[in-house]
Amino acid sequence: MSQREPAPEALQPESFTFSEAGAKRAQQIIARYPKGRQQSAVIPLLDLAQRECGGWLPRAAMDHVAELLSMPPIRVYEVGTFYTMFNLKPVGKHLIQVCRTTPCWLRGADELTATCRKKLGIELGETTADGQFTLVEVECLGACVNAPMIQVNDDYYEDLTPELMERLIDDLAAGRDVSIGSQAGRRGSEPEGGPITLQEVPDPPVVKTLDFDKPAEAPAEAAEKA
Amino acid sequence: MPKLTVDGKEVEVPAGSTVLQACEAAGVEVPRFCYHERLSIAGNCRMCLVEVKPGPPKPQASCALPAADGQEIITNSPKIKKAREGVLEFLLINHPLDCPICDQGGECDLQDQTMAYGGDTSRYRDNKRAVPEKYLGPLIKTFMNRCIHCTRCIRFLAEVAGVPELGATGRGEEMEITTYIGKALTSELSANIIDLCPVGALTSKPYAFMARPWELRKTESIDVMDALGSAIRIDVRGREVLRVLPRMNDDINEEWISDKSRYACDGLAFRRLDRPFVRKDGKLVEATWDEALAAAAEVLTKADPQRVAAIVGDQCDAESMLALKLLMAGVGTPHVDCRQDGAALSADCRAGYIFNSTIAGIDEADAILIVGSNPRIEAPVLNARIRKRWLNAGIPVGVIGPQAELTYPYDYLGAGPKSLQALIDGQVAFGETLRNAQRPMVIVGQGALARPDGAAVLAAVRAFAESAGVVREGWNGFNVLHTAAARVGALDLGLVPGQGGRDVAGILDGAEKGEIDVVYLLAADEIDANRLRDCFVIYQGHHGDRGAAVADVVLPGAAYTEKDGTYVNTEGRVQLARRASFPPGEAREDWKILRALSGVMGRPLPFDDLRGVRRRLIEENPVFAAVNAIEPAAWGAFGTPGELSDAPFASPIGNFYMTDPISRASRTMAECSGLLQAARTPMATGTEGAARPWV
Repeated sequence: MSQREPAPEALQPESFTFSEAGAKRAQQIIARYPKGRQQSAVIPLLDLAQRECGGWLPRAAMDHVAELLSMPPIRVYEVGTFYTMFNLKPVGKHLIQVCRTTPCWLRGADELTATCRKKLGIELGETTADGQFTLVEVECLGACVNAPMIQVNDDYYEDLTPELMERLIDDLAAGRDVSIGSQAGRRGSEPEGGPITLQEVPDPPVVKTLDFDKPAEAPAEAAEKA
Repeated sequence: MPKLTVDGKEVEVPAGSTVLQACEAAGVEVPRFCYHERLSIAGNCRMCLVEVKPGPPKPQASCALPAADGQEIITNSPKIKKAREGVLEFLLINHPLDCPICDQGGECDLQDQTMAYGGDTSRYRDNKRAVPEKYLGPLIKTFMNRCIHCTRCIRFLAEVAGVPELGATGRGEEMEITTYIGKALTSELSANIIDLCPVGALTSKPYAFMARPWELRKTESIDVMDALGSAIRIDVRGREVLRVLPRMNDDINEEWISDKSRYACDGLAFRRLDRPFVRKDGKLVEATWDEALAAAAEVLTKADPQRVAAIVGDQCDAESMLALKLLMAGVGTPHVDCRQDGAALSADCRAGYIFNSTIAGIDEADAILIVGSNPRIEAPVLNARIRKRWLNAGIPVGVIGPQAELTYPYDYLGAGPKSLQALIDGQVAFGETLRNAQRPMVIVGQGALARPDGAAVLAAVRAFAESAGVVREGWNGFNVLHTAAARVGALDLGLVPGQGGRDVAGILDGAEKGEIDVVYLLAADEIDANRLRDCFVIYQGHHGDRGAAVADVVLPGAAYTEKDGTYVNTEGRVQLARRASFPPGEAREDWKILRALSGVMGRPLPFDDLRGVRRRLIEENPVFAAVNAIEPAAWGAFGTPGELSDAPFASPIGNFYMTDPISRASRTMAECSGLLQAARTPMATGTEGAARPWV
C-alpha cells in the first residue's frame, strides 16, 4: 500500500493556509461542535484541506489544521494517516478507485483493473505522466448491487465492463460530461430491465383509532371514504 | 470499597480500582505490557486476561475492568493460561527473534513473559513485517520491528512529559510509532520512554551494545544533576559508570529522571583530574600527593587569614563541605561562601531556603505561583509533578519571570519584581486566587534570588506568603527551588560568610583588587574563574573545568558516583549517596583530602573515618541525623526588605544540558546541547536525522 507513505520532502509545500472561502467554511465546521470539543472537527477539516490541495494532504495542511484546532500536530498526523481516504501524496486529477471486494471481484473487478492499467499505462498506486489519472484498488465502497463499480474522486460509476471503463476514461480525459451511477442505463439499483416488484400503488396503512366505542374500519372502507 | 475474591482469596480495594490492581493487592501477578500504573489505561496489549464472574463467558482484560463488589476473579485456570498464550503468540508474530543482539535482553518484559507463556516454536511461516527505524534524537535508539504497540511511550510523552510528539500513524499492519516529522524529541524527560518500553524497540543510544544487565554492579544512589535528589541506580562495570537509571521514590521523582541525570554520566570518564598538579613556572605539572598537599598547606598556613577565601561548589557532599568549613575555621577566615550564583539566601532560617511543602506536597496544592523560575529546565521531574497536579485537578498556576513553555497553562503575571509588587499590592486577580486557596504554594526560583535585589525579592515574597495565607497552621507553601544539589546542605552547615566575611562576588572582587591572596575552590566551577588569575588558587574537584584551569594546586577529588556522600535536596531531605565505583587514578574522596590537608597543616580535623564525619555533621546541625526524612522547618524572619529593581527575572539555566562540570564533559550532553542550539538558531537547518553526524 504505497499510497500510505507520505510524499517525499521535495513534494511537500512549505506552508498551507485555507483560502478565504475555505477558512470561512472551516469556521462553520468548527462551530458545529460544542465549546471545548472543537477537535472533533479534525476529519472534516482535513477533508476540506485535501480538497484545497488538489486531492492530497501535505504535511503543511495537517499542521495548519492542528493549529486551527489547537491540537498537537502529531494527533492530526495520526488521523490523517489512519484514514485511507486521505491521500498522503499527490494524486492525478481523477483518482480512480476500483472496488475489489468480493461482489465486485466476482463481477469482474480484476478485468476493470487490467483495463485501467493497460489503457493508462500505469500500475496500481501510480499516476499518469500528464497528471490526469491515479489508479488504486480499494475495499468495498458499498455499491455491491451494481457491481462491479469504481469511484472517481467523489462519484460512483457502476455496472462497468471493460468497454464502458475505457469509454469512461476517454470521456474523463477529454473533459466531457459523464453521467454518474450505473453506466448500463439502470436507474438507481433497480433490477436490470426495470422494476419487478412494487409495481402497483400499495394499500395505505391501517389507521387505528383511539375511540374504543367505535369498531375499527377495514382499510378498504377507510380508503373508499377518503 | 469493593470486596472481591482473586483465586479464592478475598481482597478489599479502594473504589475505582481496576481488577488488575485488585489482583496485585491479592498478591497475584498478572502479566501486562501496555498497563502502567502512572499512565492512562490503554487496554490494547490484551496480555492481562482474567476470568471474571459474574461476567461474559470470555476472558476479560483486567487492566481496563473496574473492580466491583462480589466479583470472582480467576487468574490461574487453564483457560486463562491458554488465552494468554494466544495473545503472546500473536504479539510474537511480528516480533523479531533477535534477542541475542537486542539491548533489552535480560531485562525485557516480553522475554520474561515469553518464558512463562510462550511456545517453543513459531507456527507462522509468513514474513515478519519490517518497519523503518525512527530518529528520536541523540538519546533514544529505535528498533521498530520489535515494537508491540503498547503505546506506553506515546502516553508518557503526552501525559507525564506534556510534550506530545510521538504518535501512532497508519492503521493495522501499517501502524507505526513515530514523530512523523523525524525530529528529536524536545522533552527533558524523553529518555524515560526507554525504561517504559517493555520490549527492545526503544533503547538507549549512548548505552547501545555496551553491556548486558547481568554484567553490571548496581548501586542505589542519589542524583546531583539538579537539586531534587532523585533516586537513581548507578550501573557500573569495572570502574566505568555505564548508565544511570531511575529508582522509585514517590516522595521525589516517582519513577522518572531527567535526561541530564540519566546521560551526563559519560562525562565521568572525560576530562577527569586523576592526579595532583602543582603550577610551576606558569604551568601545571604532575605532582605527588605529598607535594601538592605541602604546597597547599604552606600557602594556607602562611597567608593572612583575612586574605584567604573559600568557595563551595554545587555538587559537593555534606561531608566534604563540613571538612572545608572546619578547615577554614582553623585558618581563621570568614570569607567562605557556597552561593556561587550569588543567591540572596541566608543560613539563619531554614524555612527560608527549603521547599517547605515538599515535592509530594504539590499533589495537594490548589494554586501555585512560580516566581523567577523555569521549573521545566531547573527541575524537570518537579515540573512533571506540577503538570500531573494540573491534569488531575486543573489548578491555577501563575508565573512571574521567564515566560517559558512549561507543559501546563498558566497565568502570565509579568516578568520581574514590578509584577510581583503589583501582586502583593492586590492589583492582580491571581493574588485573590492564592488567598482563597486551601493549599496555596509559592515557588521561588534562583532567578529571583541570584540578583542584586535578591534579598528584597525574598523579603517581598515572604511578606506576601504571610499575608496571603501561604504559610498557615499545618501547611507551609513557601518554597525555594534550588538548582544546586549541594546548596541546602551547605546552608544547613552555615557555609556563608561569617562576621565581616565576603560573599562570592566579594571574593572575586577582592581577588581582582589584590585583597585576597588564596582561594580554595571546592569543586566550584560556576564562577568567572578568570577573575582569580592573580591569586593562589587551590582547586579540589573531579573535573578539569573552569576552576582547575586557573588553579595553582589541583587536588583530584571524587565525583558523586565515587564516594559515600550526604546530600540535602531542595526540600531539606537528607539522603545518602553511595559509592558505585572508585575515583580514577590517584583521586580520593573529598573529605579525606581535606582531612589529609589539615594534617599537613598541623591542625588535624577531628575525625578519621566516615562515621566520625557523620557524627560531626549531626553535631553541626541535627537535621543530618534524620536520613530520608524532612523535619518541618520553623517559620522565621529572612530576606531584607528593600528597593526592587525593574530588571526581569531570568532563569539561571540557559542550556539545560550543560550546567555542571560533569555534564559539560559529557559527549551525550554535548549532542543534546548542539540540537538545542540548532533549534534556537532561526537559520539552522538539518535537524532531520540524516543531516546529523551522530545518527
